[in-house]
Amino acid sequence: MMNSRLGLTTLATTGLLLASSTIYSATVTPSEVMGTYADIAQAGYQDALQTARNLKVSVQTLIAEPSEQSLEDARTAWKSARIPYQQTEVYRFGNAIVDDWEGKVNAWPLDEGLIDYVDSSYGADSEINHLYTANIIANPSVTINGQAIDANVITPDLLSSQLHEAGGIESNVATGYHAIEFLLWGQDLNGSDAGAGSRPFTDYDVNNCSNGHCDRRAQYLSAVTDLLIDDLEYMASAWASGGEARTALTSAGANAGLAAMLTGMGSLSYGELAGERMQLGLMLHDPEEEHDCFADNTSASHYYDGVGIQNVYNGIYKRVDGSIVSGPSLKELLAATDESLATELGEDLQTSVDALKVLLESQLNGQAYDQLIAEGNTDGNDMVQSAIDTLVYQTRNIERAVVALGVAGIEFEGSDSLDDPSSVFQ
Amino acid sequence: MNSMTRLEYVGTRSARHTPLNIVLFIVVALVLTGRASSQTTDSTSGKNLQDDTALPSAVWEGDERIRGILAPTTDFSRAEKFELMQGGAGTQKTNFDRNAYSQETAALNFEHLQTFKLGNALFNKLWVASPASTQASDGLGPFYSARACQGCHIKDGRGQLPVSGEKTASLVLQLKNEGNGNWGPDPVYGGQFHTSAVPGVKAEGLVGMAHTSLFRTFNDGTIHELHKPAYHLQQLAYGEIHSLTRLSPRLAPAVHGLGLLESIAADHVLAYADPDDSNGDGISGRPNWQRLEYGHRALGRFGHKAAMSSVREQNVHALFTDMGLSSSSDALSNPQGDCTSAQAICASLAHGDQARLGQGEAPDKVVDLITFYTHNLAVPARRNVSDPQILAGKQLFYNSGCASCHVPKHITSRDVEQDELQYQLIWPYTDLLLHDMGPDLADHAGEGDATGTEWRTAPLWGIGLAKTVNPNTSFLHDGRASTLLDAVLWHGGEAQNSLNHVLDMSKDERSKLVSFLESL
Repeated sequence: MMNSRLGLTTLATTGLLLASSTIYSATVTPSEVMGTYADIAQAGYQDALQTARNLKVSVQTLIAEPSEQSLEDARTAWKSARIPYQQTEVYRFGNAIVDDWEGKVNAWPLDEGLIDYVDSSYGADSEINHLYTANIIANPSVTINGQAIDANVITPDLLSSQLHEAGGIESNVATGYHAIEFLLWGQDLNGSDAGAGSRPFTDYDVNNCSNGHCDRRAQYLSAVTDLLIDDLEYMASAWASGGEARTALTSAGANAGLAAMLTGMGSLSYGELAGERMQLGLMLHDPEEEHDCFADNTSASHYYDGVGIQNVYNGIYKRVDGSIVSGPSLKELLAATDESLATELGEDLQTSVDALKVLLESQLNGQAYDQLIAEGNTDGNDMVQSAIDTLVYQTRNIERAVVALGVAGIEFEGSDSLDDPSSVFQ
Repeated sequence: MNSMTRLEYVGTRSARHTPLNIVLFIVVALVLTGRASSQTTDSTSGKNLQDDTALPSAVWEGDERIRGILAPTTDFSRAEKFELMQGGAGTQKTNFDRNAYSQETAALNFEHLQTFKLGNALFNKLWVASPASTQASDGLGPFYSARACQGCHIKDGRGQLPVSGEKTASLVLQLKNEGNGNWGPDPVYGGQFHTSAVPGVKAEGLVGMAHTSLFRTFNDGTIHELHKPAYHLQQLAYGEIHSLTRLSPRLAPAVHGLGLLESIAADHVLAYADPDDSNGDGISGRPNWQRLEYGHRALGRFGHKAAMSSVREQNVHALFTDMGLSSSSDALSNPQGDCTSAQAICASLAHGDQARLGQGEAPDKVVDLITFYTHNLAVPARRNVSDPQILAGKQLFYNSGCASCHVPKHITSRDVEQDELQYQLIWPYTDLLLHDMGPDLADHAGEGDATGTEWRTAPLWGIGLAKTVNPNTSFLHDGRASTLLDAVLWHGGEAQNSLNHVLDMSKDERSKLVSFLESL
């Protein structure tokens, strides 16, 4: 069966003593492929960490010298920080350590009203039309989930430990990339029309403060950015040599490692991206049912998600500084077993990246994701649906790859007896 | 998929035969297998209760092939045909780890798989308080027990008792007041006591638990301690609770196989009911009924007292009561959820009902997707179905009369909308009926036609994986049983005879029985 063919390939490799990783050899081993996978994760999270540190610098400048320019610079730094992070999302599915951690940095939707002021036009009319005032920035002491929280000083520890409910049963959604996004852009009040959030820089200007509590808003922004850096530091080191994520992967064995890689690719393509993040919003016609909803950066985020899937398959990652991390790839491993499938899957991934690029270019040309999914925007809807379709399509070949590589779950052996308990009633 | 050979099922004769023939068959089978069973050597356990589990005549009446397959087995020397595939064709055979309950039914086609995944996204979604930009996701509360379905149905499985100082969340206390002659909500606190609320709103309070010990003594002298919980409300934020209000503790059950359970024909469920115990076997299963909006009533089958007639009904009630989310049905249209007029703050709050997205904070499109998801979570396959220890445990299960209520096998109706759920042989180990379980388990709170001592027979399929999926979980309606043996020993009322059989078992037999349960 498949496993023994793989075994033969491994024997052949050791026999031939192939060493160079720059030659795309047809005879790579699963453990080499997993090594590349881990190396790319490490580089990706390191890049995410570095760009988060850059973001911190621009945030400090915004707080020290609030202006149109310093706010714009901080926003640009945030968007830049998304580029490497989104490419690491493929690691979330298939690695429990990443999945369990992810909610801290990328949780969505946000508890906007918990963090800061929100516009009363959101939410249907209530009898008393009032600004939502039970937010941490406005209140040194606030009741959350029935408990009084002392938020006199807003620190990373307050956000991570006091707001976070134990046991994963209820999590605060007041930290991570989208919390920073909300603090830099504010709510997008344009619905399906052009324009992102338009929070004024004076929300940080203690000498000319708009919307109150500028000092506390600055504290929150600073604390939540520090927290993101802490969280990314943890994950970058988890993928270093000896780190828990890399160790978990290598100690799980070849089968489980390849399963993790393919699960990541398939789950992100199909369930998460094509499903939850794109199809659902399109189906529900809610313009803000999009992840980077304040910054109108969703198309870019989806694009880099797609690139991340491709990185894992090709075993190639282009770092923020332009250098390349590469090594024996899943594509080569698959080609040794089924060359035409390997080629086909490679083409599918490029097709989806291209379709997502159309959305990215639309964003750069002024038509953002929320406009594309708006009710009545047939062309925009079609563009998004096409991208969804390519992601769905590639999933089929990812599944075929799972079978070809023999990493499907352990099948139950049917017995030869007439009363086979594993037979299926018809 | 194995191809079917056109061979007759070799097993128990059909119920067409007279009872005498069945008894003869059992004796002959025993002699042939050469096994000394507990029923012939253990004189203290009395009557073999397995004789009372004949297939009711109304179940697939006239179809002898099917009735032959559904008749309770009497051959414990080997596994039954189809027994491993306890969820029918859609049984998942790939994941027996923490994801054991989270797989889609294996029968799902690729297009339906996307619908399943959209439903999964909604099942996992953390709902946020209004007002929020994400209008498709807002409307939480103001009072709630969890903010996502996954919050209570942890990893698509059971809830858990609070761990190290947490407050109760996936264990909820429903409030039942008989003030008006019918069981209804508390006048101030509504239908459920909520330990969480949106920012700025005080939660209804906290739940305290205290335990007393109960003991069961086996005939071999072993004493087994059980812990009986008592619940009390603390830090009540909206005044006194009504003096007639009962607290009904409910732990979230697992959500696999629900579409299959819904697909058993109502007549076939009712065929097992015997409210007056006409057959004198001590078991008197009764149906519960749900009164629906348009004046009809439908057979209840979901929830701890079988009060809900469909998965969709269970879901919209859970969205409303556990999460404060309204939907399109009139009874559940208040966007403030389970908030009474006595809790004045609710009226002043924003809510998440936006007409352009559909009626209710969770409009039909959302409810449809969640329902599809919860219809189609796969049942995990049996493990070690041919292991002699487990077969011995299976025999003990049957001989103790457990199968009278934990009916092993059903075949779903052909008349069901979704192809994948039609005409499936399933092994849920439940009759979906209400049974009086005795005073120790009673909550003294009715629901629909269910009394304060009755509970629905819990499905046992998948139960052996519950602690793999979530090590913190526990068993029975309120999680009071830490182990499966504890759960068995809590049985009383109609199950008293069966309990007596278990108390008669040797340590080795108890171990085999538990092994059987763990293989489900």
